[in-house]
Amino acid sequence: MTVIAKVRGTTAPQHAKVVRRGGAPVWRAVRFALLLAFVVLFLIPVYVLLVTSFKPLTEADPSQAWNLPRTWTTEAWQVAWERLAPGVWNSVMLAVPGSLISAMLGSMNGYVLSKWRFAGADVVFTLLLFGMFIPYQGVMIPLVQLLVGLNEITGTQLFYGGIPGLTLAHIVYGIPICTLIFRNYYVTIPDELIEAARVDGAGMLRTYWSVIIPVSGPAFAVTVIWQFTSLWNDFLFAVFLTGPQSWPATVMLNNIAGAQTVPYSQQMAAAILASIPTVVIYILLGRFFMRGLMAGALKG
Amino acid sequence: MTAKTASVRARMPRWLPGLLLVSPSIVAIAVFVYGMLGWNFKVALSDQHDEVSEGSFVGLENFINIWQETRWILSVQHAIVFTVVFVGGALVLGWFLAFLMEKGIKGEGGFRAIYLFPMAISFIATGVVWRWLMNSATGERAVGLNALFRFLGLDFLQWQWFRDPDWGMAAMAIPAIWQMSGYVMALFLAGFRGVPEELREAARVDGCNEWQVYRWVILPHLRPVTLAALIILGHISLKVFDLIVSVSGKQIITDVPAIFMWTAVYDAHDPAKGATIAGYIVLSVAIFVVPYLIWNARREKRK
Repeated sequence: MTVIAKVRGTTAPQHAKVVRRGGAPVWRAVRFALLLAFVVLFLIPVYVLLVTSFKPLTEADPSQAWNLPRTWTTEAWQVAWERLAPGVWNSVMLAVPGSLISAMLGSMNGYVLSKWRFAGADVVFTLLLFGMFIPYQGVMIPLVQLLVGLNEITGTQLFYGGIPGLTLAHIVYGIPICTLIFRNYYVTIPDELIEAARVDGAGMLRTYWSVIIPVSGPAFAVTVIWQFTSLWNDFLFAVFLTGPQSWPATVMLNNIAGAQTVPYSQQMAAAILASIPTVVIYILLGRFFMRGLMAGALKG
Repeated sequence: MTAKTASVRARMPRWLPGLLLVSPSIVAIAVFVYGMLGWNFKVALSDQHDEVSEGSFVGLENFINIWQETRWILSVQHAIVFTVVFVGGALVLGWFLAFLMEKGIKGEGGFRAIYLFPMAISFIATGVVWRWLMNSATGERAVGLNALFRFLGLDFLQWQWFRDPDWGMAAMAIPAIWQMSGYVMALFLAGFRGVPEELREAARVDGCNEWQVYRWVILPHLRPVTLAALIILGHISLKVFDLIVSVSGKQIITDVPAIFMWTAVYDAHDPAKGATIAGYIVLSVAIFVVPYLIWNARREKRK
């Protein structure tokens, strides 16, 4: 409060106007410089990743840690790819179907909860949302037991220790966020459109198919990107639910990087390789990525 | 429309098909979220300390006894330090970046894209590079940031990073801040831009200077965004797992409840203990998320 009082005491309104007019370009330059400084700070890890990954083993010396490689080589990348490839493939098998199914479920739920509401829909929605915030540790032990049980019943290895089990977990725990994104999107569609379809004799599914789906493109993009990124980057579910055969890229990467014997160049190359899909999506479709991010925080 | 479907539709309440369409999701959430949370607490309240026994009800015994373990106390302390530094750091940095950008600046799109891109990367990949950056070796053998400090003649800044016995968890929060402050920036930027220009102008006409406009017009508008950011950062922080596994593995020096739970399940093979720790993690998140969700639902209803 004292600071505010002081500021208020010393700056008269007229003075402020002078400062605003005269000081603005300087202030703008200062802001720009500060923002640039933060860009440098933010990019330090990227520099290290790239530079280290192209270094030959002979240059893995602490004294050259921050230098550019004297000889650029993709040796580390080749070794890293050989080790990481099975995990990358598993991640594709997980994230592509997982994110598509999640989006379909989210779309149906969002449609009903915004346009075809039943008594208690709000309570259901709030109960769903809690699922978005639960720490998954709290369901992990029962989930493992359930998937082990499903393995025994079906006589397969599909659920516990398999990609299908991991995908199932991600789809189920992704329902809340996907529903939220679609619900908030559908709320903006005028109710008159739905009513008009109803007057024309279209039922719920018919309306969904011919009125809602055709305008759902952006929401599908947001949801698929969001889910793909979280499935691709997940470690917690993967480390609890999968085995060596089904380890996705994150677990493989952690195993590669955790081994003391693996040189830094290979660790860094592997880290970049494991991040390429999500970073490419971010660069190409950042707009939709942003909207997914905001969906979790800003409602309505 | 045939007569038959028309009569079926007339008999069916209007809301029924909707309920049917979402019922698979409702059942899934009921079983996988609420059922399993309940199941977890059932295990936590039992003496199932190995993987074969059935386990019988022992009340809150596990929840009480765990406080006698040094490792548990340590992991709770670590989680608190991490949460304070991470939430505070990401909030302040994110707010500051948004503040610098809110009135528009050349290259804003580029700045935003760079601050936000760490969000697209997994904590595991992030951890690989941060483990190198925060390597604890000093002097001649220094790599990472310690070597950078040495090169810049700032040797006094060299420290043990996450291996520091007292403030290691504060170092561990740095990668998390790096990863999440862009998100906070985006939230605040949306908040700043949500303040109508007329409102600012009106305050200026009334004789407010820029600081006063900021203090009395803009800050109150940012309150909901700040709350949302706090909730998001807080729940990420309390369950932090990937980042720590990736940077330091299972070392006690950076132990947090989520890591302790993992080792209780897979190394010590003690489901009851794992479930107890998981129970505490859930409670610590639920204690502020549940009121927030209820408050949010009420607010939306009023609209």
